[in-house]
Amino acid sequence: MARASFSQATWLVAEREMKTLVTTKGFWIGFAFTIVGLFALTVLPTVFGGDDPKVAAVGSAVQVVQGKELDVREVGTVQEAADLVRADDVEAAIVPDGAGIKVLALNDAPGDVVSQLVQAPPVELLDASAVNSGQRFVTVLVFGLVFLMFGMGGAAIAQSTVTEKQTRIVEILVSTVPVRALLAGKILGHTILTLGQVVVLALAAPIALRVAGLGELLGVVAPALGWFIPFLMLGFVLISSMWAVAGALVSRQEDLGSTMGLVMIAVMGPYFGVQFFFENPVVLKWMSFVPFTAGVAMPVRLFAEQAKPWEALLSLGILAVTVVTILLVASRLYTNSLLQTGARVKLSKAWAPAE
Amino acid sequence: MLTVRGISRSFGDHKVLDEVSFDVRPGRMTGFLGANGSGKTTTMRIVLGVLAANAGTVSWQGQELTPQTRPDFGYMPEERGLYPKMKVRDQITWLARLHGVDRETAQRNTDQLLEELELTGRAGDRLEELSLGNQQRVQIAAALVHEPAVLILDEPFSGLDPIAVETVLDVLRKRAASGVPVLFSSHQLAIVERLCDDVVIISKGRVVANGSREELRAKHAGSRYEIVVSQDAGWVRDVPGARILELDGPRAVFEAEPQQVLRAALERGEVRSFTPVVPTLDEIFREVI
Repeated sequence: MARASFSQATWLVAEREMKTLVTTKGFWIGFAFTIVGLFALTVLPTVFGGDDPKVAAVGSAVQVVQGKELDVREVGTVQEAADLVRADDVEAAIVPDGAGIKVLALNDAPGDVVSQLVQAPPVELLDASAVNSGQRFVTVLVFGLVFLMFGMGGAAIAQSTVTEKQTRIVEILVSTVPVRALLAGKILGHTILTLGQVVVLALAAPIALRVAGLGELLGVVAPALGWFIPFLMLGFVLISSMWAVAGALVSRQEDLGSTMGLVMIAVMGPYFGVQFFFENPVVLKWMSFVPFTAGVAMPVRLFAEQAKPWEALLSLGILAVTVVTILLVASRLYTNSLLQTGARVKLSKAWAPAE
Repeated sequence: MLTVRGISRSFGDHKVLDEVSFDVRPGRMTGFLGANGSGKTTTMRIVLGVLAANAGTVSWQGQELTPQTRPDFGYMPEERGLYPKMKVRDQITWLARLHGVDRETAQRNTDQLLEELELTGRAGDRLEELSLGNQQRVQIAAALVHEPAVLILDEPFSGLDPIAVETVLDVLRKRAASGVPVLFSSHQLAIVERLCDDVVIISKGRVVANGSREELRAKHAGSRYEIVVSQDAGWVRDVPGARILELDGPRAVFEAEPQQVLRAALERGEVRSFTPVVPTLDEIFREVI
């Protein structure tokens, strides 16, 4: 009888992994959470921060505040206005003061109100960037979170590997198809699923930005998003192969915690690293070439227009070489530890050639 | 024919298999007997190519096995396992396809096997929802669904109730009758006795007995006979060279030159039965290990 070819076997394994995962509730809950989170991140600031500040105005001050972006409430006396401020019904009161006006506020100078009332001098940026630091912060947060979510999602590979070891179906599997096809199928299946989710997110992101009234940011984000996807996918393959090894080293779900630590660091590292250092161009530059952190750091640098396309390509190349190396290492560790049951397999033993 | 020649394997300093050789002939059920830890599972894993041997060869139809020349094995591991959350029919079909069977054939074979194993009603259930006995039947289906060229079954009957044993036996006999060599290990000697055509007995990593069931019995039969006469059979001990092993009124089990005893018995009166005592597998097993 015709034996399944390597690619057929890989695909069958991948197909099963995908089917299994999409029939679990956790998968959809996680995905829904990601989408909702993304919308919340972009939309909520405009919802909460979007209203004009409320002020009370008295007498001649009313003319001054007209036409400004303020929610004005006219009152008769200064005393009434002050009461409204004290009652926290308005943020500030604008009252006549001699020939001009003055602002009454409770305990903080209301910057947003004052800025409406003064004539701001023109500003010329010598090193103009298309994005301000606020927008950059949101981008770092979103890229970092997406990377974190999908990286953690890869833990499903470790779980499926342990399930196979724990139920011993692994014996049937390895007597049927090459171990590498098993590993490749798992990584392929989960990568396709991740890619699918990324595509949905990439389609949802512009909608979220439009809803938030940040449509103009779209033109700036789009190229960075374009770079983010290949980095994310390669980064995912890298993390996946590590998850697979973490699963192969133990024999029971309960023991999985003991081998997942290193992979968790590899997933969380880039997230926190970029969060802490995104204002530090030197550290960020280094991180954008280190394979594990490149997935977030390089797109962020591209977004901030700190990196040239050739740098991105170079970093992508380094990442690709690392992926191949780690895959080879992982494949050996996976093969050698898959049939070992009982205690956790030591890395050195998994690496040693089979006896 | 599956040929195992001179297989040795050590784990660290511990020699688990020492020059193991035997054949699994087509169309025959070969029972693989041995105590726990005697090397049965290790041998099976080496035959399957899951584990490498330190020395020796496994050949199929005269050709040494490599990943390319390996026939399609149907394997039932000792420690049972399938995906607990996958539906029975999906699971069996998937395993068939993993062996290279096309989708339609895989589905047809699955349905047919589930019917043979009386599992049709459970086809849409998740494996974990089945009783252990039924899970065991699913495991048999998993080993057979791709119409394997060779069957390797590690303790296929353990955990089955007597009715399930019969169902599984029927299914396996049918495969053997169609020319598939079947190697199965067991420590339930009564089942092996009833079922197998050939026997391989392994002890401490060495093959200590090997051949067809009848050959083995004849070989280990020695000169033991049972006679039943109409009166007390105590006189047998007076026949020169005879040694009585059991005496129970008119019945005696003895070792001696049989014709001499028979002649003496006929001179004394009626002989109701006179038979060579063939050892059970259990006795052979105890004798050789």
